[in-house]
Amino acid sequence: MIEYVTRMFSYPFMVRALAVGLLVSLCAALLGVSLVLKRYSMIGDGLSHVGFGAVAVASALHLAPLAVAVPVVVAAAFLLLLLGESGRLKGDAATAVFSTGALAVGVMVMSVSTGMNADVNNYLFGSILAASRQDVAVSVVLSVLVLILYVFFYEKLFAVTFDETFAKATGMKTGVYNALLAVLTAVVVVLGMRMMGALLISSLIVFPALTAMRLFRSYRSVILGAVAFSLLGFLAGIGISFGWGAPAGASIVVVDMALFGICSFAAWLRRR
Amino acid sequence: MEQFCIQCDHVTLSYENQAVVSDLSFTVEEGDYLCIIGENGTGKSTLMKGLLGLKKPSSGSIVLGEGILRSQIGYVPQQTPVQRDFPASVWEVVLSGTQNSRGWRPGYGKREKELAGEKLELLGISELRSKSFRDLSGGQRQRVLLARSLCAAKKLILLDEPTAGLDPLVTEEFYHLLLDLNRSQHITVVMVSHAIQEALGHADHILYLSQDSYFYGTPLEYAASRAGQRFLKRCKGKGGRP
Repeated sequence: MIEYVTRMFSYPFMVRALAVGLLVSLCAALLGVSLVLKRYSMIGDGLSHVGFGAVAVASALHLAPLAVAVPVVVAAAFLLLLLGESGRLKGDAATAVFSTGALAVGVMVMSVSTGMNADVNNYLFGSILAASRQDVAVSVVLSVLVLILYVFFYEKLFAVTFDETFAKATGMKTGVYNALLAVLTAVVVVLGMRMMGALLISSLIVFPALTAMRLFRSYRSVILGAVAFSLLGFLAGIGISFGWGAPAGASIVVVDMALFGICSFAAWLRRR
Repeated sequence: MEQFCIQCDHVTLSYENQAVVSDLSFTVEEGDYLCIIGENGTGKSTLMKGLLGLKKPSSGSIVLGEGILRSQIGYVPQQTPVQRDFPASVWEVVLSGTQNSRGWRPGYGKREKELAGEKLELLGISELRSKSFRDLSGGQRQRVLLARSLCAAKKLILLDEPTAGLDPLVTEEFYHLLLDLNRSQHITVVMVSHAIQEALGHADHILYLSQDSYFYGTPLEYAASRAGQRFLKRCKGKGGRP
């Protein structure tokens, strides 16, 4: 076991993957609790598809993927939020339109420019080899920023999640905090996308929150529980991925699913 | 002369040019206990949004009394399904009511914690403090939301059908609790209500909304009025609810 872990860390790409992965898992778990409780679970999925489209276009134009994807996905998050508020295109329909549209554009651009190659596979299903040295620097800075903003606005985000009408009536600028939530989510989705894969990143947001909600009953304990489950799922998943050569994203999701199953069973036992 | 808390002057509220509430004028005095009643679809909840400042009147004006800030109005909502299984402790929920006095600062200070503790004590729910909101009974949940609104409010609380879905005994208790707060803490209460008998039994004033007109007066005046007699007769057939 110890030997296995030492061997894992002897590869520089594994160290990079762990650094980025742990930070992104942490941020995703924090935001996930708010998103699940606000019934926005699918927003992560929608944004990741937009991210796929942006990355495809960036690689066709030989630009840095993160530099293109972060602003594009943040803009998409804003648009989804605005559409949801104006009510002309209802939330889930808007997400569906965005995600499938962006996915289609991404696939078109890729097949015309480079052909459907291994890259496409990596973008869709993730790869632990994806993080370059430069990516790591950007990812660490951005996720630390997400973390700081989240902690600073923790109480406000709780108020807006629990009861938006009350928050608004007592003078809080709820629009600002909803926008903050959308922007932070967009950033985390883009950062996690290349390792987890565009099709799987939203599980990083949804599973830890749901698992923690089976077991814990106060908001703070759900948040801390989600963080713990997220980190555990990531570490176990990446270990499996390294050992069996399975894609990292899928391995992590399988572990998350198992944790969710175990905790649901434990909650069921406790209720009896 | 008593000071007023809210003054509505020829207020019309509408959705996409359809007037839901039209040409409504009334004044809520300081220390008043007002219940807003009426049938479904007569704009009670819309009026509540107007009073909360979440919806601008399309004509007329809603003015708050001197020394009352928008952010210092307490609000007790109808419960939403989202809240019923929200994982939060009673303490976290009540404390979130003090948010309006924090501004941009993160966290909660000693003052906020004392305030929240005080309100829990006042409503007799101190022992629920570390319980989870989703494990409470309907009546306990409403007390918690009331405690939260008192953390935000200095003088005035607005309630939107707070007892919907509660059994008659708990409803009666809740109205009594409000009357108690109203008298002992001098808090002005404005409530949209479904429970007609309890409303008539506890309120100082009644605002009755119907499709094309409205009535404002004391419960006695209301019960004697033609609109009141017609409405009450209809309610009686349905167990006291419209």
